[in-house]
Amino acid sequence: MITTKLDIDTIRKDFPILHRKVNGYPLVYLDNAATSQTPKQVIDSIVDYYSRYNANIHRGVHTLSQEATDAYENARIKVQKHINAAEPCEIIFTSGTTESINLVANGFKSFLEKGDEILVSAMEHHSNIVPWQMLCEQTGAILKVIPMDQEGDLLMEEYIKLLSNSTKLVVCNHVSNALGTINPIEQIIGLAHEVGAAVLIDGAQAAPHIKIDVQKLNVDFYTISAHKICGPTGVGVLYGKEEWLTKLPPYQGGGEMIAEVTFEKTTYADLPHKFEAGTPNICGGIAFGAALDYMNSLGYEAIASYEKELLEYATKELTSIKGLKIYGTSEHKTSVISFNVEGIHPYDIGTILDKLGIEVRTGHHCAQPVMDYFKVPGTVRASFSFYNTKNEVDILVEGIKKAIQMLS
Amino acid sequence: MRIEEIQNEIVEEFALFDDWMQRYEYMIELGKSLPLIEEQYKTEDNIIKGCQSKVWVHAELEEDKLVFTADSDAIITKGIIAILIRAFSNQKPMDIIEANTDFIDKIGLKDHLSPTRANGLVSMIKQLKLYAIAYQTQLN
Repeated sequence: MITTKLDIDTIRKDFPILHRKVNGYPLVYLDNAATSQTPKQVIDSIVDYYSRYNANIHRGVHTLSQEATDAYENARIKVQKHINAAEPCEIIFTSGTTESINLVANGFKSFLEKGDEILVSAMEHHSNIVPWQMLCEQTGAILKVIPMDQEGDLLMEEYIKLLSNSTKLVVCNHVSNALGTINPIEQIIGLAHEVGAAVLIDGAQAAPHIKIDVQKLNVDFYTISAHKICGPTGVGVLYGKEEWLTKLPPYQGGGEMIAEVTFEKTTYADLPHKFEAGTPNICGGIAFGAALDYMNSLGYEAIASYEKELLEYATKELTSIKGLKIYGTSEHKTSVISFNVEGIHPYDIGTILDKLGIEVRTGHHCAQPVMDYFKVPGTVRASFSFYNTKNEVDILVEGIKKAIQMLS
Repeated sequence: MRIEEIQNEIVEEFALFDDWMQRYEYMIELGKSLPLIEEQYKTEDNIIKGCQSKVWVHAELEEDKLVFTADSDAIITKGIIAILIRAFSNQKPMDIIEANTDFIDKIGLKDHLSPTRANGLVSMIKQLKLYAIAYQTQLN
């Protein structure tokens, strides 16, 4: 298949925010791993919803409610097709990856016994550590860590050694938010299934860069946040295999998730509604669908190929700065560069860069164990999206040099 | 000098600069003159919460005046705490409690005053005032 090249100048026109100034300088937005920017097509879908058919969904007999319900359920089908899930009912709308993970962790309470084991990778975001720690505290299960090496690659031999009949669940991110490593999840999933363990993959950082096929991956649970793929905040998805979601008890009780309620007994609604108590983020779901349409109109192959080019260029240019060290040097990476400059605190660099209109993230990136592993208080993280340019990489490099000059 | 006089002096110094870069460079310079906290006081308890970088502050009463020492692992933060300490150190606890902090705004650091900023300027001011309250109680 021939990959069409992205026309970045035209794409940038889709993003109104990219044309603003910060502290008197043109914005250089390099914090895409925290949240991506929103194209006007997605903004329009939000305005359109509130301007034309804002109504509560399901159960309503009136036209507006029907239209909103259709749009919301259509968004579910868009997500289903996007990740190639077998059924729309396997797509649960949540508030984001964090809630998706908590939903599964909460459900597994009834499946775990004392001494059961959950394996978690060493490079997880706190949101894929803490819910499992809480689950272990409640059930007596044990959390074990799959270690990584200095490049930021998981040690697969160690993973194999950790797997046993006691392993009930393996949780791992598809892409590390702090390092950019793309983990070999197909292999991780296959090996876990051999010992009968279920697998949850946190796909928050992968979804903006990689086309996901949950059936090909044969993954049990996969989580996504809309705001990292050009969608709005406050909405995301839990994909779960139908057999798993059927077994899993409901997460929250309320309206929408019931079949019949009496004071003696309540029966629950079928999937996916069993897990969607209360009025959902209707507009968010619809806008998420619009964001996926936008991403697919560009094409993931073209996005990946351009971002690879940006990553290689940025890595080369940043490495040329004296004293700069990159954390996460796996051969398999998305366009994320975590780094420090010798003798300078990441907070200082981030502050000066912001003054120059360059928005990067500094700190532990909600992955303190990763920082502890590399023995640093934090890093500066520049994360690139398909709407960033090589010129912006150059501005970043100049900005870092300016910061070093001021801070040394 | 009284707190207010020192604050005015700092405001005048910063007024000499035209742009943020010079102001930051001066702030970094001021950080180098910060009365450093003794190593023994660089404990977890003395770390100010709410900062992305580490900031340690120690306070001691010398006669009726409170003397602050501090340090930070980030240079800009060190500059910020140095400015605060220059204004508040060697002052009576009650004067520190009653002092206002508008001068921060006047020296162009207003954007650092938001409580959500990761530099913890607000937490630093709060911590200095808490020390003052604690020692004032002792004096009473």
